[in-house]
Amino acid sequence: MSLLRAGWIIARKDLVVEVRSRELAYTTLFFAVACVLVFAFAFVREGRALDDAAAGILWVSIAFSGTLALGRAFERERQNETLKALLLAPTERPAVYLGKLAGLLLLMLCVELVVVPVVGLLFGAPIFRAPFLLASLLAAGTLGFAGVGTLFAAMLVRAHSRDVLLPILLYPITVPVIIAGVRGTAAIFAADPNFDAAQSWLSMLIFFDAVFVTLAFWTFGPVMSE
Amino acid sequence: MKTANRFVPFLMLGAAVMFARAPFMIHDAPMESTMGLIQKIFYFHVPAASATFLAAAVCGIASALFLWRRNPAADHVAVSAAELAVVFGIIVLATGPLWARKAWGIWWQWDVRLTMTLVMWMVFVAYLLLRRFGGPGSEVLAAAVGLFGMALVPFIYISVNYWRTIHPTTNVVPSLPPEMAAPFWWSMLAFVLLFAAILIVRVRLESSRAALEDAYAALED
Amino acid sequence: MSGFKRVMTAGVMVIVASAAALLAQTTSGFEPATNIGKESLPAGPLVYTAYAIVWLVLIGYVFMLWRRLDRVEKELREVAARIGSGKRS
Repeated sequence: MSLLRAGWIIARKDLVVEVRSRELAYTTLFFAVACVLVFAFAFVREGRALDDAAAGILWVSIAFSGTLALGRAFERERQNETLKALLLAPTERPAVYLGKLAGLLLLMLCVELVVVPVVGLLFGAPIFRAPFLLASLLAAGTLGFAGVGTLFAAMLVRAHSRDVLLPILLYPITVPVIIAGVRGTAAIFAADPNFDAAQSWLSMLIFFDAVFVTLAFWTFGPVMSE
Repeated sequence: MKTANRFVPFLMLGAAVMFARAPFMIHDAPMESTMGLIQKIFYFHVPAASATFLAAAVCGIASALFLWRRNPAADHVAVSAAELAVVFGIIVLATGPLWARKAWGIWWQWDVRLTMTLVMWMVFVAYLLLRRFGGPGSEVLAAAVGLFGMALVPFIYISVNYWRTIHPTTNVVPSLPPEMAAPFWWSMLAFVLLFAAILIVRVRLESSRAALEDAYAALED
Repeated sequence: MSGFKRVMTAGVMVIVASAAALLAQTTSGFEPATNIGKESLPAGPLVYTAYAIVWLVLIGYVFMLWRRLDRVEKELREVAARIGSGKRS
């Protein structure tokens, strides 16, 4: 069975489970919105948000809710011992990585579809000023974050202290994603927007994705084998 | 490794002699025109940063070797290099702000190079935390982290040349006048010798620990 | 305390100590970056503190490493001796 087809089957399995229970979607979405709210209280002064607060709050909420979603997605596999079954299946290991990544990516993009308008509403951020550029930034950033996160969450499934170790490992490695994402988004949202800067940050995100998703893809097999 | 251990006394002696002479050479070096005395931190700050990056690279390569070949010696080298990256990183992150405070008036600036160095340091702290608290089998997981940490390093180097920052650009070193170049390269060599010596000793500690565990296991049989 | 904890503790102590030393020496409070006068902040103490940090961290780490190595190798010799005597009896 080809790699992509196996990956698609795994992703579809996750999608079906998720559509039936909608557990991850609802909880991750609500957590992201709650994050935005908490940060709003931190950064809004006299009814107006600080400059660039909207971009920062958006990406931090994505990072936090993404971390929880990653943890929950693999916790589900661990509880039902399905991860071991997946790894024993006669497909190449990286197919499992691709499948899980696709599922998580879809989940996070759906969450962002709701969180971005919420941020636009609460902070008056001009989310429709450069919609394609903004969407590209979000997609590339989410891919980078989920790409590394899927690997780390999978490999920590059997480790001790896995709940706190996932963010400890994930956040330093994905700092370039957060920096590029926030700076790019802020460049679009600013009173005096700088689309060239946003495009440079987008290129850096794409470069990061190319390097790190490939690295995660190659590393998945060796890391997950006993 | 046994042959490497024999080099240690020479490396240590070489490093000690160089470190003893270094302060005098640095004292005699001319003052930098715009920054004055504070620039002299650079003679130890930059070699320490090089040692940190070197440790990160060694850890990354050893991690890759361990991940794909499961060679226990590679794992010993990886964890030793990670620890050295953290130690030399402490030196860089402590001396850098002291220089910055005087030269540019602020303790810290979130430009890309400083940020990435801090981030890299945190990656290797996370590596050590994973090994300590991750439970059995965390050597393999940590190897993946070490590999990713090394992959992050080029981003640090490229970023300085791609974005303007207040950090001196990497072109500073080739353009050093000879009176400054001599103490600089002297310090650099001293740090490299010390790095090599400490790494070998640390790897020896790690393999001794592994041998001890095997010995205890054999004792119980 | 394990070696790792010692490294961490020593590192944190060095950073805290240097920060304390500097705070004791800085003259006024926070000044904007644009008009900090190079004459007002003496460079000497900063340079000496920086070098002190380098020496302390390096010497401290090497010292801790040597102690850990001594302890592990001593234990290794003891266990090896016990295995040897166990086999003989």
